[in-house]
Amino acid sequence: MPFIPHTEADVAEMLTAIGAPDIESLFAEIPSELRVRALNGVPEGLNEQQVLRLMQERARQDGLPLNFIGAGAYPHHIPAAVWALVTRGEFYSAYTPYQAEASQGTLQTIYEYQSMICALTGMQVANASMYDGATAVSEACLMAVRANRKSTSARVLLPGTVHPHYRTVTQASTGGQGLELKTPGYQRATGQTDMSALTAYEGQDVTALVIQQPNFFGVLEDVDALTDWAHARNALVIAVVNPTSLAVLKPPGQWGTRGADIVVGDGQPLGCPLSSGGPYFGFMATRMDYVRQMPGRIVGRTVDLDGRPGFTLTLQAREQHIRRGKATSNICTNQGLLMFAGTIYLAIMGAEGLERVAQTCMLQSAELVASLTHLPGVRTAFSGARFHEAVLLLDRPVAPVLEALAARGIEGGYDLSGHYPELGPALLVCATEVHTGADIAAYSAALADVLKSVRVA
Amino acid sequence: MSNVPTDRKYARSHEWAREEADGTVQVGISDHAQQALGDLVFVEVPEVGRQLQQGDACAVVESVKAASDVYAPVAGTVVAVNEALSQSPELVNQDPYKAGWIMRLKPSAPLAGADLLEAADYATLAEAG
Repeated sequence: MPFIPHTEADVAEMLTAIGAPDIESLFAEIPSELRVRALNGVPEGLNEQQVLRLMQERARQDGLPLNFIGAGAYPHHIPAAVWALVTRGEFYSAYTPYQAEASQGTLQTIYEYQSMICALTGMQVANASMYDGATAVSEACLMAVRANRKSTSARVLLPGTVHPHYRTVTQASTGGQGLELKTPGYQRATGQTDMSALTAYEGQDVTALVIQQPNFFGVLEDVDALTDWAHARNALVIAVVNPTSLAVLKPPGQWGTRGADIVVGDGQPLGCPLSSGGPYFGFMATRMDYVRQMPGRIVGRTVDLDGRPGFTLTLQAREQHIRRGKATSNICTNQGLLMFAGTIYLAIMGAEGLERVAQTCMLQSAELVASLTHLPGVRTAFSGARFHEAVLLLDRPVAPVLEALAARGIEGGYDLSGHYPELGPALLVCATEVHTGADIAAYSAALADVLKSVRVA
Repeated sequence: MSNVPTDRKYARSHEWAREEADGTVQVGISDHAQQALGDLVFVEVPEVGRQLQQGDACAVVESVKAASDVYAPVAGTVVAVNEALSQSPELVNQDPYKAGWIMRLKPSAPLAGADLLEAADYATLAEAG
């Protein structure tokens, strides 16, 4: 059925039917001092032609800088086939469809997505996706509180090595639900979560420990030791991982003696373009033991009355439309479109392709770090092993350096002085397979030039 | 017409409670309740040692299309749970009054004082709806 707004005749007919002289009269009961007459600062509407012109001008302002930022959003090559397929009518929806079982192809794709996430993470079951990495972390914390029946404190350790935005989102969405989030610090030498900071929680009831791998600094954590520490104290382990890195790192299902309990992350590196922060998608996987505490939709494989295979939404008794206020989450959908992009990306890359991407990321990142730290006044902050990001320390404030680089068409990294002032002038940089040797040389040359002109504070 | 044995008492929320020889109270859901829920696919039992007030939600029975809380018919401490239900939730459907028991409580007050229904009164309630 097409969407046709009310015509003036429709409106007049409806007003007559209820005996109102005009639409304005319907708001008469609201005291006039409470009515907002004009929306100051909101411009008049634009027509399509004007909007297109405006957006083209804005896009020109963005330009096409060389991007070395990272910090949770990573440039990767996306094969053209990914979005050519995702934008087909069969896939072009943001949601799990209503009457889901009528859309077997959609459910089969979600099922294949879930299977791929399980294979990457080494876990037994994955849901149909979450909004993004940050909300997946907060949902994982809430889930851990429900799932860990040996703990009553709802105390979750969310170390300072976890992405600061993920921590802020988690605080915002769990603080009102009685969770107590603690932030153990990191080792200044290695950039890893500090095991001795964890000893402050010895003997306390800890519900879960969050481990980001690689962590926000790009440093690899000692995930086995952290996982075993948590499990020895009856705390669950929530792994926050970069899906690309899983092609070369140990899957969270194999961390420590028992493996992580809940695995989440942002799926952006899998086929989702960088676009002012989103939309991205989050992923979540767990052990079968905890599946009834997992939020979100889950597609299962089954057989129909004639024994033919088919796909269906399953374990729906966890969800809001059945469980009401006691549902595992208010999330009753998934991030369908971006999840399809991730699925098609993984299908095209295959295990070998993803591994080559991950290896190239590491090589290019190492080359970037070597090239930049060759310059006087630039050194690495941490000794820990890295994936594709690194923290650099500068001998002068970061912001003016980044500004001068931007003027030269280079987004030089993420300024850490806001979130980690104790590090001094610190810059997070990232290189992936999209950065060529020439790109890295261009950055290095530009930085050398900028360091000559930007004052040491 | 559902089965309502007279050797136990019933809560209006469809749990049964039966006093055992050792003074503990065994708890499950009624035949009427299991029929209304349909085939169970999962039963979540409480932790042993958990202290319950009368009316606390302490277990969950889940069928294909619904999940319902089970409420403590009397106050007390959980001393045992039916581990068999984790693998065979259908025991609640097949034998709600024996093999399908959910938990055993050490009551904090005598069962006689609890506000529970006799079998005949519960049968009337169940029949009404």
